[in-house]
Amino acid sequence: MSQSIPALEFSKVSVVYGDKTSFEVRALDGINVKFPESSVTGIIGHTGSGKSTLAMLTNGLLKPTEGQVLLFGEDIWSKKHSMKEIRSRVGLVFQYPEYQLFDETVEADIAFGPKNIGLDPEEINKRVMTAADFCGLSEKELKRSPFELSGGQKRRAAIAGVLAMQPKVLVLDEPAAGLDPKGREEILGGLDEYRRAYGATLLLISHSMEDIAKYTDRILALKNGKVCLQGTLDEVFAKAELMFDAKLDVPQITKLFIELKKRSICASTDVYTVERAKQMVETVIREAKNA
Amino acid sequence: MLKDITFGQYYPGDSILHRADARIKIIILIEYMIIALAARSLLAVAVSVAFTVFLVVASKIKPGLLLKSVKPLIFVLIFTAAINLFFTAGEGDPVVHWNFINIYREGIVNALLMAVRLLSLVLGSSVLLSFTTTPLDLTDAIESLLSPLKKLKVPVHEFAMMMSIALKFIPTLIEETNKIISAQKARCADFDSGNIFRRVKALIPVLIPLFVSAVKRAEELADAMECRCYHGGEGRTRLKELKSRPGDYVFLLCATAITAGVILLNSITTQEVFDFCKTLFS
Repeated sequence: MSQSIPALEFSKVSVVYGDKTSFEVRALDGINVKFPESSVTGIIGHTGSGKSTLAMLTNGLLKPTEGQVLLFGEDIWSKKHSMKEIRSRVGLVFQYPEYQLFDETVEADIAFGPKNIGLDPEEINKRVMTAADFCGLSEKELKRSPFELSGGQKRRAAIAGVLAMQPKVLVLDEPAAGLDPKGREEILGGLDEYRRAYGATLLLISHSMEDIAKYTDRILALKNGKVCLQGTLDEVFAKAELMFDAKLDVPQITKLFIELKKRSICASTDVYTVERAKQMVETVIREAKNA
Repeated sequence: MLKDITFGQYYPGDSILHRADARIKIIILIEYMIIALAARSLLAVAVSVAFTVFLVVASKIKPGLLLKSVKPLIFVLIFTAAINLFFTAGEGDPVVHWNFINIYREGIVNALLMAVRLLSLVLGSSVLLSFTTTPLDLTDAIESLLSPLKKLKVPVHEFAMMMSIALKFIPTLIEETNKIISAQKARCADFDSGNIFRRVKALIPVLIPLFVSAVKRAEELADAMECRCYHGGEGRTRLKELKSRPGDYVFLLCATAITAGVILLNSITTQEVFDFCKTLFS
């Protein structure tokens, strides 16, 4: 895995807003990150840590002040590929994407992206259907106006609009924010299905550590425009106390195990799913019985 | 894309114009417009230009900012000047004669006059009001100036409130527009190529979400205002009362004098000025 070309790579990337004025802000400062193909990376960090800036860099909406953004090993700013092509290969779903809906029907709105790429009608139709399927939109909902839908349905329609371009890399900024637990599950589950079906690479910006623990396999933590932690879930949560100190949240269950470790009941803290917690507790109880 | 809009932008500072009463500034602006548009004779134009320069200097606004506010107007400026230059017929022989193009002395004068007028109108209104007055002060001043109309049952307060809300939401709308443009770009929308019709059509995916969210925001704002017992202007007190000081009245008096002076100077021709100077020095 380590030998193959990563789907997306940031090499010494810095972004400076308001260059050479008194308002100069370094949103990102020399970021080096690799996102391996078909991995799911959860991106965490406080407000203003550079998460959204990082998202805008992935598909060329923003040009890095320094450094390179490489898509399958090629600099996206090298002019070898048109921006249109880059953006069809890197799908970006903004925070609260509902506001991007505009067309008469949900179906036409989802078709907007594929149409812009210049696909033929048959292919467009096929992609719209597939995308709607991943996002759990029914045939009936496709024929309705996007403005008649409920909040959750709007969110799904907007995400389907990006999925319909069938991007190889998919970047999502808080796709489940403000939804009820069932809605979260449906959207994140659908995205996971999409990833499996197309071997896509996912970058998931989220504040919910539970979602991160459940749906991602890698973590990238940003702090003041710099990478503060990165690695696989196991690697990162093994240092859960470190994350706690860096004022980053950890899943509830991990908090519990940090407390258990402090009381010398259980030694490891790389517990981030309830499943794993159950195993650990059972082991501890068994050991206690044996002793 | 929309970063260059300076209209309605307030730049904090501490100058005579920043401190002056907004109501007085509005009256002076009206007088200023009369001056800029009425000035015809050489002397009158000179006085109007001098007044403009005084206002610009008094505002202490950085020249770079002023240039930025004039920049979008350069095309209009050149266009009107050109039209005046080529299409003003004059007496006597044309200065330039080439094929069907005739440029007369009057044309040159008119073109210059038009350019000066437009430029001073933009500069003057920028430094007098938009750059040196907060939108809040501005609407308060308009409400106060129009308050006599309340007796005629004109909803002056509601009108002013609408204006201040509109001004306040300009930056929000710009931010929102940028957000929507980015989102549609991420879906491979193309705003920069094709002919004019294609480009206009490309804006539909931006305009519709923008209108939808503007209407939604307006409804939410109305609800929020009602929740805080807003019921129009009756009996409403202010946190910041408008106050005019003696200096403001002096300023107003001077501006009025200049207006009268310019109108008077218009009737004096350049020839008379020369003659007067001659008698003065002989």
